[in-house]
Amino acid sequence: MSCADQSGLDAEMAAALGAPSPASRAPAPLSPFSAPTVRAVKDPFHGDLLEVSMGPQHPSTHGVFRMVVTLDGEVIVKLKPVFGYLHRNHEKIAENTSYLGSMPYTDRLDYLCSMTTNWAYALAVEKLAGQAVPDRAQYIRVILAEMTRLVNHSCLVGFLFNDLGTSFTPLLYAFREREKILDLFESLSGSRMMCNFQRFGGCRVDPSPEWLAAASRLVDNFPRFLDEYETMLTGNEIMLARTQGVGILDAQKAVNAGITGPCLRASGCNYDVRKVDGYGFYPRFDFRVPLGAHGDTYDRYMMRILEMRESVKILRQAFKELPAGPVMDPKAKIRGFRPKPGEAYGRIESPKGELGFYLISDGSTNPYRYRVRPPTLINLTLLEEMCLGHTIADSVVILGSIDIVLGEVDR
Amino acid sequence: MESLEQIRDRLLARFPGAAVVLVINPGPAAEHSLLLDGTHGRDLALCLRDDPALQLDYCSNATGIDWPDKEIVDVKKIAVPDSAGGPGKIIEEKTRRLEPGYLEAVYHLYSMALRHGPVIIRLRTGNRSDRVTLPSLTPVWRSCEFQEREIFDLYGIVFEGHRDLRRLLMWDEFKDHPMRKDYVDPDDYEWEPTPHDEVLERAKAHYPPALPPEAPKP
Amino acid sequence: MSDTPSTPLPAPLPAAGNLSDAAREELRRHGILLTSLEELYNWGRTNSIWPLQFGLACCAIEMIAAATARFDIARFGAEIFRPSPRQADLMIVSGTVTKKMAPQVVRLWNQMPEPKYCIAMGACAISGGPFKQGYNVLKGIDRFIPVDIYIPGCPPRPEALLNGLIELQKQISAERLTGPGAARHTRLELPSEFPVPEYGAHDLAPPKNPKVWTPAPPLARPGKA
Repeated sequence: MSCADQSGLDAEMAAALGAPSPASRAPAPLSPFSAPTVRAVKDPFHGDLLEVSMGPQHPSTHGVFRMVVTLDGEVIVKLKPVFGYLHRNHEKIAENTSYLGSMPYTDRLDYLCSMTTNWAYALAVEKLAGQAVPDRAQYIRVILAEMTRLVNHSCLVGFLFNDLGTSFTPLLYAFREREKILDLFESLSGSRMMCNFQRFGGCRVDPSPEWLAAASRLVDNFPRFLDEYETMLTGNEIMLARTQGVGILDAQKAVNAGITGPCLRASGCNYDVRKVDGYGFYPRFDFRVPLGAHGDTYDRYMMRILEMRESVKILRQAFKELPAGPVMDPKAKIRGFRPKPGEAYGRIESPKGELGFYLISDGSTNPYRYRVRPPTLINLTLLEEMCLGHTIADSVVILGSIDIVLGEVDR
Repeated sequence: MESLEQIRDRLLARFPGAAVVLVINPGPAAEHSLLLDGTHGRDLALCLRDDPALQLDYCSNATGIDWPDKEIVDVKKIAVPDSAGGPGKIIEEKTRRLEPGYLEAVYHLYSMALRHGPVIIRLRTGNRSDRVTLPSLTPVWRSCEFQEREIFDLYGIVFEGHRDLRRLLMWDEFKDHPMRKDYVDPDDYEWEPTPHDEVLERAKAHYPPALPPEAPKP
Repeated sequence: MSDTPSTPLPAPLPAAGNLSDAAREELRRHGILLTSLEELYNWGRTNSIWPLQFGLACCAIEMIAAATARFDIARFGAEIFRPSPRQADLMIVSGTVTKKMAPQVVRLWNQMPEPKYCIAMGACAISGGPFKQGYNVLKGIDRFIPVDIYIPGCPPRPEALLNGLIELQKQISAERLTGPGAARHTRLELPSEFPVPEYGAHDLAPPKNPKVWTPAPPLARPGKA
């Protein structure tokens, strides 16, 4: 792909342009809402550059995300992301709410994956309070988390292909599967998306045998959908031409920049919190962690497909080994929950990366400090590096492959 | 991975002038941390990252915390003998002092190479008003870039050495630091339909002319 | 919220004089369509509403789900989500409107050509929702732009969005071209563009548009001050 060949030269040029500005360089950056969204920028070396503000309302920015890109023709020479358009001060609200009262707010952080976000928060609070979780609850949490991974990755692939220009067809197929899983979530927890299901010490409801049978059937049929999807998409020439070699992420830089999740593993670094921390009985399951070789958009796409296949494997094992027992620790305190003073950091491997919750308790019913470590915000650290030298159309695809959800970026 | 005491001793041996203090975390999680001082913060962090035994190459989380000023009441019991020779009295003398608060930045460090962690480090500012500078750890771990900008935005800690320190989540013209404990929300609530007591007093400021007269009790 | 709207919709003018519906049906079977200009105009506008592709937060996912094959907004003529406000006639504000985003929302509304409608989807767009206690959250988009339909829920199911769309269609088909009950875009004295709020030091300036929104007066509680 010719963009990859040019990237060395363009990186040099970009480095020259990106240095702190003497008076002759580009004027002060666009203030967030000055009226023109496109303006010309004079540069003594390269003539006229164009500064385009993509977003916050833009069909491809996956929510209210804004990128201010400086273009030389169609090639990006500078990119500055702007966040905060969905900053709903979740952390401040949590300081005034009880621990359990914050659980529904965690649904709304990463609104596609509410079960995993709930689990991350419950894990952090259980660590803070030293609360044990029964075996059956751990298995159910694993089942729900892996089903959420299936939902998230198929949505991501659908949205990625939307960005590539296929305008909705793969998304319709992805949402078809998503609807089946959401029906199961709804029958279990009462809501399609905002499940509010985990509690400190277990799960809220014990799934019935019929639910487990229906979920098991769905999981058994899922690989057929994946095969159908891959037949349509993976070998497609246009897709290969547009994603291979685009948005290459170096593994060393990625580790230093705190990139986690499929984006990191696509660059070749083997770090999956499920394997490293071994939370929630994951060590009992036999699954592999796919790794990419090039770190480009195609690898990030393939990570999701392969991870979906591994999730199906985990789910099959979990359904088979699910033990009987309570889903909630009988000694768990629900009313008047006051963990002892202290702090804890609990993290899980959410479908987007490492999702962590840092809690400080001062002995009262509300947390003193409640912090969400958002994987998607930190994954955007290297967006500029990944997009330099590529065209503006490629930047949309690269952003799509990083998989951002603005509820989590801005909290 | 070696214990925090050993890490602290090695850091102190490397930088004798630095202040590295072990902060015990009460509670069941037992996640103790190291308090570093502001002047040597970046050097100590580089040491933690490049040390072959630790290789803490991944900074997972960077947080700000606000510890406001605390009023501490010292109660001193003084025995006063009775001049008439009877049993002495014990008087309590209370002295109030203000323990100054500070802002704190906490970093959670892990190692992807050696798969261990976390090592938690803390940096504290002088006070909450004028001495709010801390060294930026972004040159050490790039993942702190956005997180330190967010701490600056929401808490007001100024990170020296950060290449692009501006607000992240709020707009640039915003003046406050919202996550501080003494932040007051702007008064733009749409008051609920049945306010009473002090909420009603505040609501009256928002409504045009007079509220409808109260229905007389039958 | 009750089922009946607060102001009753005016009954549409009879499209064919004194002819009954059965007679019109009979004529139609013979290939003769009898209608009025108003009915034809409203029929065209009702059945091809083009929404603006404007998802803010979680409700946006339910909006996209409403456009997918299971809930299928296409059968109501609304599957063409336009990315540009110049080509859209419906703005579905789906998700929390933050104060940082509010000037953009108003700017987009100003850029939409008349006739235009606004649906506030979800609790956050109606009144701030679960995030009402927030320094950056705008307590409802109706503080700055006029809203036609409010859809409660967090998030509302896609069927609820379709219900809201049907209510909007009923509202549009009851609009007249002249006289009382005339559509908003025919009445030139009503503003079509609204002032865009600026970023202030502590809040938006102005925090609300008093011409568009006044707070609901508190209910009088007998016996309590």
